[in-house]
Amino acid sequence: MGKGRRALSLALVAIIAVTFIYSVNFTMPAFGTFPTREINGKVENSVGQLYLENAIWQTGAANVVTTVVWGYRGYDTLGESTVLFTAVIGVITVLRAVRRDE
Amino acid sequence: MAGMTVIVKTISRIMFPFVFLFGAYVIFHGHLTPGGGFPGGVIIAAAVAMLVLAYGLERVLKSTSFLQAEILDTLGSMAIALVCILGLIFGAYFLETVFPLGVLGQIFSGGNFLWLYIGVGIKVAAGILLILLAMLLWDRGESK
Repeated sequence: MGKGRRALSLALVAIIAVTFIYSVNFTMPAFGTFPTREINGKVENSVGQLYLENAIWQTGAANVVTTVVWGYRGYDTLGESTVLFTAVIGVITVLRAVRRDE
Repeated sequence: MAGMTVIVKTISRIMFPFVFLFGAYVIFHGHLTPGGGFPGGVIIAAAVAMLVLAYGLERVLKSTSFLQAEILDTLGSMAIALVCILGLIFGAYFLETVFPLGVLGQIFSGGNFLWLYIGVGIKVAAGILLILLAMLLWDRGESK
């Protein structure tokens, strides 16, 4: 790698780092707060704020991530576990077929 | 694969129940603390993978078998589907809880999350272990 390319890549990394640090510090909402959403001029809380406020009395679980994973998005997780099951079956089928051929 | 030295064998034999217990803890407290069925199942599968590394595949296949892991994988999936269908049987929606919500922070709280996570934990542990065993057996078959 030549010296010019190394200087160019270092400059690119520095530019990207400065952009990220600037955008995280000055343009994103503060850490731990949810952005509000605006639909037709009506400003509402984000859905994450709703989850945080309602999760405990709606599901009774202390871990809010669990309430999102199995409560509010239960169908998604059901499909996800089905995907894992299908992947396991696929691996077994392919590897067994290869072994039988030999 | 004859296994490693006696030091590695002893350490992994002592560590195995603790790692297994930690995986079970992560599964059973999935609705209370960070964790859940997927990471807990992977921890349990990693405990068995540690035994495979230390003792070799033959010794591990004496204690567990390919068919056993397949049955556990299927039973875990069926448990998840059964807990989901329980809502339909008892007059609620699909996947809606029919268990009482309980007191916040106790292990029998949060409705059906505990039972769903037990099913997911069994399924993921058996599934990851099954992939590992299938690849090891395939590798051994090819090298012959």
